[in-house]
Amino acid sequence: MKLTTLAVAAVMAASPVMADLVFPSLSYRTGPYAANGIPFADGYEDYFTLLNERDGGIGGVPIKVIECETGYNTEKGVECYEATKGEGALVYQPLSTGITYQLIPKVTADGIPMHTMGYGRTSAKNGETFSNVFNYPANYWDGASHAINHIMSLGDISGKKIALVYHNSAYGKEPIRTLEELSKKHGFELMLVPVDHPGQEQKSQWLQIRQQKPDNVIMYGWGVMNQVAIQEAANIRFPMENFIGIWWSGSENDVLPAGDRANGYKALTFHNLGDDYPLYDDLRKYVVDAGKAAGAGDQLGTALYNRGMYAAMLASEAAKTAQELSGDVNLTPAMMRDGMEALEMTEAKMAEIGLPGFGPEFKVSCQNHGGNGLGAVAQWDAAAKKWSLITGYEGSDQDVIQPLIDEDSAAFAAEAGIEAGCK
Amino acid sequence: MFYRESGDFSTTYSEDSQTFPIKFDRYRYYLVLAVAFLVVPFFINDYWANAVFVPFLIYATAAIGLNILTGYCGQVSLGTGAFMAVGAYAVYKLMTAFPEVSMLIHVPLAGLVTAGVVTIFGLPSLRIKGFYLAVATLAAQFFLVWLFNKVPWFYNYSASGQISSPERSVFGIIVTGPNTEAWAKYMICLIFVTLAALIARNLTRGSVGRKWMAIRDMDIAAEIIGVNPMMAKLTAFAVSGFFIGIAGALFFSVYLGAAEVGESFGIDKSFLVLFMVIIGGLGSIFGSFAGAAFMVLLPVFLKNVFVGMLGWPTDLAAHLQFIVSGGLIIVFLILEPHGLAQLWRVAKEKLRLWPFPH
Repeated sequence: MKLTTLAVAAVMAASPVMADLVFPSLSYRTGPYAANGIPFADGYEDYFTLLNERDGGIGGVPIKVIECETGYNTEKGVECYEATKGEGALVYQPLSTGITYQLIPKVTADGIPMHTMGYGRTSAKNGETFSNVFNYPANYWDGASHAINHIMSLGDISGKKIALVYHNSAYGKEPIRTLEELSKKHGFELMLVPVDHPGQEQKSQWLQIRQQKPDNVIMYGWGVMNQVAIQEAANIRFPMENFIGIWWSGSENDVLPAGDRANGYKALTFHNLGDDYPLYDDLRKYVVDAGKAAGAGDQLGTALYNRGMYAAMLASEAAKTAQELSGDVNLTPAMMRDGMEALEMTEAKMAEIGLPGFGPEFKVSCQNHGGNGLGAVAQWDAAAKKWSLITGYEGSDQDVIQPLIDEDSAAFAAEAGIEAGCK
Repeated sequence: MFYRESGDFSTTYSEDSQTFPIKFDRYRYYLVLAVAFLVVPFFINDYWANAVFVPFLIYATAAIGLNILTGYCGQVSLGTGAFMAVGAYAVYKLMTAFPEVSMLIHVPLAGLVTAGVVTIFGLPSLRIKGFYLAVATLAAQFFLVWLFNKVPWFYNYSASGQISSPERSVFGIIVTGPNTEAWAKYMICLIFVTLAALIARNLTRGSVGRKWMAIRDMDIAAEIIGVNPMMAKLTAFAVSGFFIGIAGALFFSVYLGAAEVGESFGIDKSFLVLFMVIIGGLGSIFGSFAGAAFMVLLPVFLKNVFVGMLGWPTDLAAHLQFIVSGGLIIVFLILEPHGLAQLWRVAKEKLRLWPFPH
């Protein structure tokens, strides 16, 4: 046992000291989820390239992005994690709820933070239990509540029938508890329609919806499942304005295949859309025109590209906060974790970056790793091929969500033997 | 030169009937065991354990299981993924219900549970065979995945339907959960795969294995010479299920740590293990290892060459990796339809005669 430790220590000592700030990108550019994985990965990488090219990194220290292909597959995700963690990885963003579940215990044991922005395990919002996992600015349960709030804002919800079309995995099952609580509270009927991975075949699900005629459909889909669902909804002439997707079901790739018939489809979002921001000028100048864009460089301004960029922006802001806190520009994962926990996003900060009004303001604390859960509703205009926000950023029903978070994180703490509390 | 039996005299019956009758072969086998047990654990790190050795050993166990059913007894099965899921969910229920019991007991128990389930799904094999049996096991694949998704009892009513393996130990050494040392993960898998290979090898050399092979080669003739087809087929299903269940249990508890039935134990897993058996060599224990190594290590190796050494984009590397592995599978199957095990056998024959060609 001692020998093993010695051997590992020898390997560690032999590798050179990493001077760069390492941000691994566990991306998926292949497989049934590639259509959604590519824009996110491009946005994530391009933002860091921009920082390198324009500012020479963060606080003068260059950034190194290590990309690793997971194919949205948990086994490859583990391999990627093990392959990159030795390189001094500061924060993991796997963009997969399945991989997140696997990495939560591992990152906690290894002391590396993980940011699951708008996905992953919702109860990770409770930072007292999940010390190394962050899911600001919003989570799945906030999303479920936003969708219901939006439906309520359009008319009386009691007695209505609402269907949840979901990816039959940990991801899609996340909102069920919240929706059940909400249905008790507001008196609507919830109908569950699971779609199995990867979701290319949904005839029977939409036949069921056609027969049972729910008033509204909420979708938690990802990858090819989104496109198919929207096309099937159009085929049964389901009114698009009553069809609302979570933020992972709201990219251009999802609605474009259905053409004009997708007009009016709604999706939630926790950041702004489009490319009308000063930062985009810099992105074009330093990254795209210089030929340094990730991937094909054709994803700028799409919803998921913006989200990848937003994720990178939050990571770099957390790194800046960490550098201020520790007084050292070379970060360790532990410093990065403290930086993420002290992160505060203000309008002034976002305007300075060149993204005014891009996302909600929030402040992370040890008790709250999840931000304040603001979200907005976007609607697809098929003629203009553009998403536009139709509501402002609104809060979610914390009276319902917070007890569920407390309950689920307490269950996790008991299961994993974690002493909850702030360090 | 090598693998020569000259000068290698057997003076007792047991010496003559041992697994590796040729001395050179036997010492090579001891050397491999010694390296695996005494050298590798001291040098293994997290990456080598999690990306290479642990998946290789676990898939080898599953491949041994499927090889008994398909390679030795001739019953095609497309339900391996779901059978692994049975092992995984069984060990999860056992681990959470009896936290203080050692994993060395839980894993074989999960194997026994799987053996029972697989035997039930093997019952149709008494009436149907070939493609029709394949379809029946395919039904098992979909049914079991659906069942584990549908019934919350299996995943202890967790909100997401995920099962996560809690920290459990063997003689005070943690073997599951995030705080497991790399060598502990490796050792528990190595112990189970060694036992599985030993048991399988000796079963297939004995009367049970001969009955399986008789059924595989011609079931009517086997029945005429006194082999009970029901017993032979059902024991093959049970033994195969036992090993596949152990593989599933280790796959979930030691390797992944958290699993979701549709994603981790889907139909692609069934095909993956079937490919391992076919590429490795039907009806060969060594082939199970060779096939598992080929299917597990080749993608990791190619990825490290393309991305790590050549610095190519990850998507290009991922696509190329499919092309190269697919191409190699076809090449192997054309050049050697009996798999890597047959290549190994041919190589041994050549080495025996070397340096003389005839």
